[in-house]
Amino acid sequence: MSFLRRRKGTDSSKSQNLRCNIVKEDEKNNLYESPRKESYNSKKWSCWDSCCWFIGFVCSVWWFLLLLYNTMPASIPQYVTEAITGPLTDPPGVKLRKEGLTVNHPVVFVPGIVTGGLELWEGHQCAEGLFRKRLWGGSFGELYKRPLCWAQHMSLDNETGLDPPGIRVRPVSGLVAADYFAAGYFVWAVLIANLAQIGYEEKTMYMAAYDWRLSFQNTEVRDQTLSRIKSNIELMVATNGGKKVVVIPHSMGVLYFLHFMKWVEAPPPMGGGGGSEWCAKHIKAVMNIGGPFLGVPKSVSGLFSVEARDIAIARTFAPGFLDKDVFGLQTFQHLMRMTRTWDSTVSMIPKGGETIWGGLDWSPEGSSFNCGAKTLRNNSINNTDQIPNINLANMKNVNYGRIISFGKDVAEAHSSKIERVDLLDSMKADMLANLTNCDIWIEYHDIGDHRIKAAADYKVYTAGSILDLLHFVSPKLMARGGAHFSYGIADNLDDPKYQHYKYWSNPLETKLPDAPDMEIYSMYGVGIPTERAYVYKVTTATDCSIPFQIDTSVEGGSEDSCLKGGVFSADGDETVPVLSAGLMAAKGWRGKTRFNPSGIPTYIREYSHAPPANLLEGRGTQSGAHVDIMGNFALIEDIIRVAAGATGKELGGDHVYSDIFKWAERINLQL
Amino acid sequence: MASVLRFRKLCYVESAVKCTSVGYESFEIDEKLDEKEEDVLSANNFALEINKKRKQPKRQPKEWRCLDSCCWIIGYLCTTWWLLLFCYHCLPVTLLRVPELPGPGVRLKREGLTALHPVVLVPGIVTGGLELWEGRPCADGLFRKRLWGGGSFTQIFKRPLCLLEHLSLHYETGLDPQGIRVRAVPGLVGADYFAPGYFVWAVLIENLAKIGYEGKNLHMAAYDWRLSFQNTEIRDHALTRLKSKIELMYISNGYKKVVAVPHSMGVIYFLHFLKWVETPPPMGGGGGPGWCAKHIKAVMNIGPAFLGVPKAVSNLFSAEGKDVSYIRAMAPGVFDSEILGLQTFERVMRMARTWDSIVSLLPKGGEVIWGNMDRSPEEGHVCDFSKKSHSKTSLTTNNVNNSDVKRGFLVKDLANYGRIISFGKPASVLHSSKLPTADSKEFSRTSTSENFNNFSCGEAWTEYDEMSRQSIQNVAADKAYTTTTLLDLLRFVAPKMMRRAEAHFSHGIAENLDDPKYNHYKYWSNPLETKLSDAPDMEIYCMYGVGIQTERSYVYKLSPNSRCKSIPYQIDNSVHGEDGSCLKGGVYFADGDESVPVLSAGFMCAKGWRGRTRFNPSGIATYIREYRHKPPTSLMEGRGIESGSHVDIMGNFALIEDIMRVAAGATGDEIGGDQIHSDIIKMSERINLGL
Repeated sequence: MSFLRRRKGTDSSKSQNLRCNIVKEDEKNNLYESPRKESYNSKKWSCWDSCCWFIGFVCSVWWFLLLLYNTMPASIPQYVTEAITGPLTDPPGVKLRKEGLTVNHPVVFVPGIVTGGLELWEGHQCAEGLFRKRLWGGSFGELYKRPLCWAQHMSLDNETGLDPPGIRVRPVSGLVAADYFAAGYFVWAVLIANLAQIGYEEKTMYMAAYDWRLSFQNTEVRDQTLSRIKSNIELMVATNGGKKVVVIPHSMGVLYFLHFMKWVEAPPPMGGGGGSEWCAKHIKAVMNIGGPFLGVPKSVSGLFSVEARDIAIARTFAPGFLDKDVFGLQTFQHLMRMTRTWDSTVSMIPKGGETIWGGLDWSPEGSSFNCGAKTLRNNSINNTDQIPNINLANMKNVNYGRIISFGKDVAEAHSSKIERVDLLDSMKADMLANLTNCDIWIEYHDIGDHRIKAAADYKVYTAGSILDLLHFVSPKLMARGGAHFSYGIADNLDDPKYQHYKYWSNPLETKLPDAPDMEIYSMYGVGIPTERAYVYKVTTATDCSIPFQIDTSVEGGSEDSCLKGGVFSADGDETVPVLSAGLMAAKGWRGKTRFNPSGIPTYIREYSHAPPANLLEGRGTQSGAHVDIMGNFALIEDIIRVAAGATGKELGGDHVYSDIFKWAERINLQL
Repeated sequence: MASVLRFRKLCYVESAVKCTSVGYESFEIDEKLDEKEEDVLSANNFALEINKKRKQPKRQPKEWRCLDSCCWIIGYLCTTWWLLLFCYHCLPVTLLRVPELPGPGVRLKREGLTALHPVVLVPGIVTGGLELWEGRPCADGLFRKRLWGGGSFTQIFKRPLCLLEHLSLHYETGLDPQGIRVRAVPGLVGADYFAPGYFVWAVLIENLAKIGYEGKNLHMAAYDWRLSFQNTEIRDHALTRLKSKIELMYISNGYKKVVAVPHSMGVIYFLHFLKWVETPPPMGGGGGPGWCAKHIKAVMNIGPAFLGVPKAVSNLFSAEGKDVSYIRAMAPGVFDSEILGLQTFERVMRMARTWDSIVSLLPKGGEVIWGNMDRSPEEGHVCDFSKKSHSKTSLTTNNVNNSDVKRGFLVKDLANYGRIISFGKPASVLHSSKLPTADSKEFSRTSTSENFNNFSCGEAWTEYDEMSRQSIQNVAADKAYTTTTLLDLLRFVAPKMMRRAEAHFSHGIAENLDDPKYNHYKYWSNPLETKLSDAPDMEIYCMYGVGIQTERSYVYKLSPNSRCKSIPYQIDNSVHGEDGSCLKGGVYFADGDESVPVLSAGFMCAKGWRGRTRFNPSGIATYIREYRHKPPTSLMEGRGIESGSHVDIMGNFALIEDIMRVAAGATGDEIGGDQIHSDIIKMSERINLGL
């Protein structure tokens, strides 16, 4: 080889051919020297290999980091967080333990709608292998895998409101039932952790899990849930030295527990037979979190067109693209069919009619809520009543009373200018349903075009006439629900008809138990625009769809308008308006009234919403939103103090940001 | 494969005509002349392009290094795995289901059985889950996470010392240590699976659900199995909760009595409960004398450890119980080696000795039940299980006679089961007259003088560290111990533990059951020192597996290792009997379900409670249901549907069927009365117990 090179150097006039030869030989030599390596190298490298290499590289690095993370001492993440945000404030549990608070009263949690887990005990073929696995709550993995099977198992029987044949879905029991709704999305977990800090544990905490799809009385009929709660409360009082329990219901759990308190004192067979002293003996305080005492407007839109924004969190699991008919999935119709078999959704229809929620031309809220104001969270109690005055000039009077109106002009016109076709007349009109060929059953297909048109022609519905509307468009659901729930105001509470269980969950048709030492708290968030009334339109789509939908094109005039996307918003916690959460504690039950004959003291604790300051805070420690409020440190502190023995007065009595007392004055409720 | 071949081809061509990359112009002309090599040319051009392309990434090192290969392989595997996983998930669910054997639930449902009596499940030792409620800083982030059972034992591997610390109880009180609260997981999840895929109650629950059981008529009485039974009430009100739950289920299910299904240690826990509930407060639950008769239809004991388990002895003595605590399974061989300095056994022993409940499993009834130096009720037991499994129940007596004769010729070492611990093989075989007698007073003499001499080890880990070398050797010099002298032995080597635990448990036989001292709770879990409650309509079942070798007594030796913080005794693994002998690896085996010997599981049902006896004054009916062990025939069967071993029996279809029939209303006679495979009746006859 060296010889060849020399030749090449000396004899430069040789043809290129030669040079090629040289190189060729050169190459040959090389080949002999390291033939293996060369060919091996060049063999492997291609696009596919690069991909593999890349994936392998990423995986390895990922695993390596994971390993590092896992071997890292547990204190580092906390250290990093502290370095970024500054020292963390102690969670209330730690803080109060330092103050010397310890376990005192046993605590009972009553979860709300949709937050409780449900598991399968018996199912059809398609649900094989899911025995005792969660259908609701947890990962929702099955929802994606076999959606139709899932919807079938989650539905109840449309006639009875109980189990369909061959399917048994039951609530998960224990604290695990509702500590997390989905992985990482806490409901009760933060509260439980903080209570544990001052010494609470399984024997002093009880999650009153129930099947939230059923009507309240049916949970007793099918599962004996109310009896179990009674027995457990009695047990906890007995084993904790006669200390009364502190009950903490959330959302619909508030109504459920109201029902329970009536049930437990009513004689059997309808009631639990605890006697008229039961509540006084066993309950120290009922601390209602975000309680929809008088219902939620969202439930109306939910029932009417499945458009409630999160009364069923199911919506969040069916993101926008599922709406498209292109996929032929008809998610909404399936959802509507499923949710309409749930009696419990009927329990939250606004109660008290026009007296509470306002008529065609007035509403208790008037114009006092500044929907655009994000600054509200910084307000102190003193200046809340100044703000409406400032903004009053550029705000029109919002007709919250018209819970559903068809078209924007109708929503804003004065009542005398609206022409309405009487609903009852059209109900008498022919009932000929046009039998469509839709696979999916919803009652809209039974009622026919006439009725749909008639419903739209009525133009405006208040909280009173909304019931007629729902009876009109979904007679079966309302007939079933009507046997379990009632929405009126009692004229005479001593009327024996009010002993029926269907009145027990309506605070306007029941008396509170005779327990003057008990305390009732209404704790809820304020400062978030909350759905209060809707502008609807009739859809032009095909037969097999829901004929009504919220007219999202309707916007208010100014930036601050309460009308956005077809929804009038009022003050509240994103789900429950202040009016519903606070009115009973502010007026209906305050002092000795006919609803509260023994004068149980009531306290309003409002928590002004402040969004989380940064990402590390997660869902916020000062949130006022309906579910996130369960992680609000101020609320947790209040609960812990009461559980450790404090009274409402010691907490500081009422704590009000909103205009609830002003609104309460406007409501003409006979007490 | 095809693509790989093509690469080879390309590469070959490429290297052969590499010259083109240098001086391609003229070469091209030359080549063009050659018509035959036209194909090669196109290949050349192709190769050329590749070459050009390859020049661009020349920046990165061109050699295919080992690391790259690794990355490539990992990437390849990952991608394939993901692809397969994706395909797997795309498959319809029904395709994937392994065709499961239809359990008895499906069949009985077709027969028309439905849920009738509410069912209470009482889990045994170690199978119940424990979760953390308050802990030290090292257990950060584990709040309400399982420390024991249920899901992952990953935490044990991650922070073993921290876990051991949290699972231990206070050595003096037997309750929580300062600042640590570990509690039982409530509900069915508490003990349905011990580890992922390792069922305990899950199969039974699933079958019960088939005939209509659900949360309202199925209850898991979870309790903290580390505590002594009365302490579960004192700390957690576990007994009160159980009482309230049973009363609630009785009422809310239309006044149907409850069927209780305890397992393993749960059996004596439930025995304790039955006494507790009828005893007036403050010591008892105040249910009144008719409570059991009113609320309980049947107690179906699975693998009952009525008279204790010999395994508990070895566990307490040297932490060598083979699986009374599953810890051994979790700490495989590696941990034994001292190289790592982990001293797993010592730590485990330290933890286990804080658990009162293990003391509840020490053999009860002393020499009367378990045999003395020279005799034992199991005498004549043949350990050749493979042969014996063919014998039929009706021929049992004949067979035993035959084998007795045979054994006389063939097997020379008699199994002296009565000597539950002996030091050295000779001590286990020789006749008692040739052995030095064990005298418990001897212990106290040595202990008082020398107990505290040897404190060079610093922090005392186990109570062995507080003993002097001399007294350790004295213990071994005494050669053999029966169940009676064993208690003295344990009192000597672990005085604090025994003092703590013996306030809660007793291991004797009552002379006179009407003696008022037997009203104390420490006697309630010992069937030989309590009367059953007055409930003539109740039924008691003893359901257990037979046909598996079960530890019955041990041959020990002094551990050669004399350093600090080690356990001075260990089972002498080198001792073996001849073929067919019951002695293997230092352990004498008898018939049983791998954990509980037949004697302990069956004796009370076979004799102690049969008919009207002083232990069973109201004549509660007892039934023995034995299930012969058959190992799973194929892998698909998992842990077997005819298994008889202590935990796997919970998946035994015959047993599940029996339970379901009783829960659906059948009586013991209707399911077939006694069903006996073992020699339990004969053994019982040999036991001289005043009834």
